[in-house]
Amino acid sequence: MSCGDPAARLLEAYLDGELDLVRSLEMERHLSECEPCSAALRRQRALRSALAQPSLYHERPKGLENRVRAALGKDSKDAKDSRSGARGGWRWQAVAASLPVIATLAWALVVIPRAPSEDELARQEVVSAHVRSLMAEHLTDVASSDRHTVKPWFNGKLDFSPEVKDLAGDGYPLVGGRLDYIGRRGVAALVYQRGSHPVNVFIWPEAETGGGGDGEWSVRGYNVIRWRRAGMRYWAVSDLNLPELRELAHDLQR
Amino acid sequence: MDPIELERFERTLLPHMRAAYNLARWLTRSDHDAEDVVQEAYLRAFRFFGGFRGGDAKAWLLTIVRHTSYSAWHRVGEAGTTVPLDEDTPEVEDGALGPEDLLLQKASGQEVREALDALPVEFREVVVLRELEGLSYKEMAEVTQLPIGTVMSRLARARARLRRGLQERLRGGPA
Repeated sequence: MSCGDPAARLLEAYLDGELDLVRSLEMERHLSECEPCSAALRRQRALRSALAQPSLYHERPKGLENRVRAALGKDSKDAKDSRSGARGGWRWQAVAASLPVIATLAWALVVIPRAPSEDELARQEVVSAHVRSLMAEHLTDVASSDRHTVKPWFNGKLDFSPEVKDLAGDGYPLVGGRLDYIGRRGVAALVYQRGSHPVNVFIWPEAETGGGGDGEWSVRGYNVIRWRRAGMRYWAVSDLNLPELRELAHDLQR
Repeated sequence: MDPIELERFERTLLPHMRAAYNLARWLTRSDHDAEDVVQEAYLRAFRFFGGFRGGDAKAWLLTIVRHTSYSAWHRVGEAGTTVPLDEDTPEVEDGALGPEDLLLQKASGQEVREALDALPVEFREVVVLRELEGLSYKEMAEVTQLPIGTVMSRLARARARLRRGLQERLRGGPA
């Protein structure tokens, strides 16, 4: 083993316990003969012991675990409530109480959990993404009202290039863009603002046959509009009232 | 997510919260931001948990923590990359062992922390992952999403810089 840069790199790998047995033995033999390399090893060890002080480890504050558990519980519960159709179930129970004749049927509807449709899950997921972007104060990764800044920002982060429009002239200024994950894929999120209401517009490519048709829904108090344009799936989600959200969706489809 | 899945998630990932916070705190250099990053990282991990096929849960979680921290910088407009990284140029270092090198062992926690905090984040993170979290090169490559060769050269440069920064502090020279 000769000295020089490759040896120096092996030296660190030796220090880090990353060499196999044969190379470790070679390195030890070399170290016993080479003063510069064994000096370098001592220098590395001095640094390592300086870094081994326990005070350098940032211990998590008390209460962080509870905070995370609470956030997880809430997230999980939101998804569960919507999936089991709990509210619909209660309504049916009331009907059953007043109409004993169909009680058996109603009972079946209450106790047999309805399997959520793919469509319903998709709606839940975009609303969750919207809520999370507000909750964690993580609305934008790139904050800019300039579509020429936002569009290139997505380059290399996604396997498609979303169309980015600024609708400031229509009263819906672009605030920025964000990378999000829906249906286990990376999607583009464009953020618009109407007064104090942020609007998330999620975009990803989707085959003509998949994902259901266009539509409007109200999910957990948020308005949701879905449409397709030029091979892309669009979802707009906001607490904004439906007519204004429709207008935004309309402007984006122009 | 059903309760069984939630329980599996908690059992798999909550034990790594100490590491998650430590990394987030070193990357963000702020108590408050680190807490937010950890919370958001766990929410993201929760969403992607269906895609986690078992394996190294700590490395998997730290990958998300790191990504979340970097997203936080984009948000506030602070550049994640503070210096152009030239991976190929080795740090200049003379072969002889000076007296200062052994003094490093006497550096206080405060001095080491300042020197480490002063490193560009790309260097800081590899030192933290290796020396504080004890990750292997392979795990570091997973977390940083870099080839192992790049991890090794970056770690070597980070250590050389850290040593220099620490010596300057011990000498009372330019910080």
